[in-house]
Amino acid sequence: MKLTQAPVQDLHLVNLVKRFGSVAAVDDVSVTIPAGSFFALLGASGCGKTTTLRMVAGLEDPTSGKILLGERDIAGLRPHQRPVNTVFQSYALFPHLDVFENVAFGLRRRGIRAVQEPVQAMLDLVELGSMGHRRPSQLSGGQQQRVAVARALINQPAVLLLDEPLGALDLKLRRQMQIELKRIQTEVGTTFVHVTHDQEEAMTMADTIAVMNDGRIEQLGHPADIYEMPRTVFVANFLGQSNLIAGRRESGGDLLTVRAFDHLFALPAARSSAVGPDVVVGVRPEKITVIDDDGATSDERVPEGHNRVRGVVTDVSYTGVSTQYLIRVPWGAEFVAFEQNVLVGDRCGVGDPVILHWSPANTFGLSADATVGSQAATADSEAVDGELQVR
Amino acid sequence: MAPVAPIAAAPLIGGVRRRSGLAYLLLLPGMLWLAIFFVIPFGSLFATSLQDSPAGLFGNYAQAMSEYWGAYVRALAYAGISTLLALIIAYPLAYYIALRSGRWRSLLLVLVIAPSFASFLLRTYAWRTILADEGPVTSFFNALGVLPDQRILSTGLAVIAGLTYNFLPFMILPLYASLDRVDPRLIEASNDLYASGPKTFWKVTWPLSMPGVVAGTLLTFIPASGDFINAQLLGSPQTQMIGNAIQANFYKLRDYPMASSLSFILMATIVILVSLYIKRSGTEEIV
Repeated sequence: MKLTQAPVQDLHLVNLVKRFGSVAAVDDVSVTIPAGSFFALLGASGCGKTTTLRMVAGLEDPTSGKILLGERDIAGLRPHQRPVNTVFQSYALFPHLDVFENVAFGLRRRGIRAVQEPVQAMLDLVELGSMGHRRPSQLSGGQQQRVAVARALINQPAVLLLDEPLGALDLKLRRQMQIELKRIQTEVGTTFVHVTHDQEEAMTMADTIAVMNDGRIEQLGHPADIYEMPRTVFVANFLGQSNLIAGRRESGGDLLTVRAFDHLFALPAARSSAVGPDVVVGVRPEKITVIDDDGATSDERVPEGHNRVRGVVTDVSYTGVSTQYLIRVPWGAEFVAFEQNVLVGDRCGVGDPVILHWSPANTFGLSADATVGSQAATADSEAVDGELQVR
Repeated sequence: MAPVAPIAAAPLIGGVRRRSGLAYLLLLPGMLWLAIFFVIPFGSLFATSLQDSPAGLFGNYAQAMSEYWGAYVRALAYAGISTLLALIIAYPLAYYIALRSGRWRSLLLVLVIAPSFASFLLRTYAWRTILADEGPVTSFFNALGVLPDQRILSTGLAVIAGLTYNFLPFMILPLYASLDRVDPRLIEASNDLYASGPKTFWKVTWPLSMPGVVAGTLLTFIPASGDFINAQLLGSPQTQMIGNAIQANFYKLRDYPMASSLSFILMATIVILVSLYIKRSGTEEIV
């Protein structure tokens, strides 16, 4: 069932800026959100993602820049004049109206009389067909959330904006709703713009993720691309965890060699976004293999050409599916490594000397113009002074 | 009052008895107060209203109705008009204080209550000056030629003005309290769902402020309909309200049975009107 007849149009944000006093909450954001896509704006609180969303909704006036829906600039329109609807963070359901009237609200305001059928169809879509007469306060969090989605979607908006829609739900329900929202999006084909600080949520649902930091988009792309090849230190740490090693380029070519702390690391030139000779070498924890270091034959067990570091295990957390190791490497940093628990009882203990190795193909390179913390997994690193990276 | 709640929460039977005992103990002062200052006087008032009846058990009531029906009608009309005027004046004010005033909010609220620090009588006397025959207000309206008697003082208009002024804070404060509770995100949501400013007001803000409207109108209408000060100081013998009739019967004519009957009729009328009003506005559960 296709419920959307609204013209499917791309949403373009062009040099969008929002200042509160002297602070730029959104600092020159330009991005194109293709029609029909599930787009996530991901970032920590205060990064400007919600402000961006509110500007699209019309609840905040941009300081400068354009918001184009297809060819048309909607930045000057009042919220009620925009073909855009929002699912609010706290749902903002009208407490004085029942579920049916909440969902019918937008239709009635536009003077549509025949609401019975579309409202019922929409309630069925979100699986609340029999809840029409309840008050919002009589529903569970997940049900309220679905009413909020139905109330916005029934208006067949050109773009549906979701402001941290799952933030108030518990983990299990959140997972369910992620799948549910994705199903609804596929079914109606509307463009969804989803604001979240939860990287897993963004990765599960979105076709395209824009990672925001300090009012700017740090990186934009398919979730897997961003994860496998982050372009900035912030992204490497915010989206999942990364082990980062600051070094200097030793030799170029298709395979870069980077020297850091008397170690040599290799990575494909295509996987490095570093511009100067200073390169931050990075690897995701699950890409690392941990083997016992017996001081003699272990080196032979490392595949030819792999990057390798010796270290001592400082912490072991068993999580069932995998084991997470913290390993102190010779220059004092702590690496994180995830090992699948393929064999029963095959684990290293705290204090064991180990060798970490990983393939150059799983290594990425970043510009070194930002501080790299000694702790690999901290996500609070300073913003990279990067340009907007829109592909 | 919910003395039952602690009982349900008590873990042991012994505890239940002790807890419920405590609940009743805590209720005791309030109950005693109500018994001594409400139930007993109420009974005695009712008994008095049946004394010296000219004809039948409720003869005083029949006489009260036939003699003072004009005062009843005036009381309800004046109180009703004042309540409506107070609502019209108070709503924008309360809306502004609750949703737009920012850091001036506390100051504005104090200003609403500030006049109450001066005596009610004094403030009502002041209105005699404000509405005096040669005063600026009367002159202004006379210049427009809209006053039927060429004056305001000693007419129903003055009584209504006084009532509106005196009970305005009782309208503003509940309205403020309920508008203050309106979640601004609901207003945003309404804007987002194609409702313009006025539509948002009538479909979201106004219904959500209904508890305040009901509370404010009751707090204004009930005391205004029993008031006699405004009619006495600002009105004339032609603008007597039922409050004046009760006062006159109690203190001047010393006709206690008649005064009691008048009081009872007023009370019954108000109880009936208020129940109908609450039922109609459908806000029993939120008042």
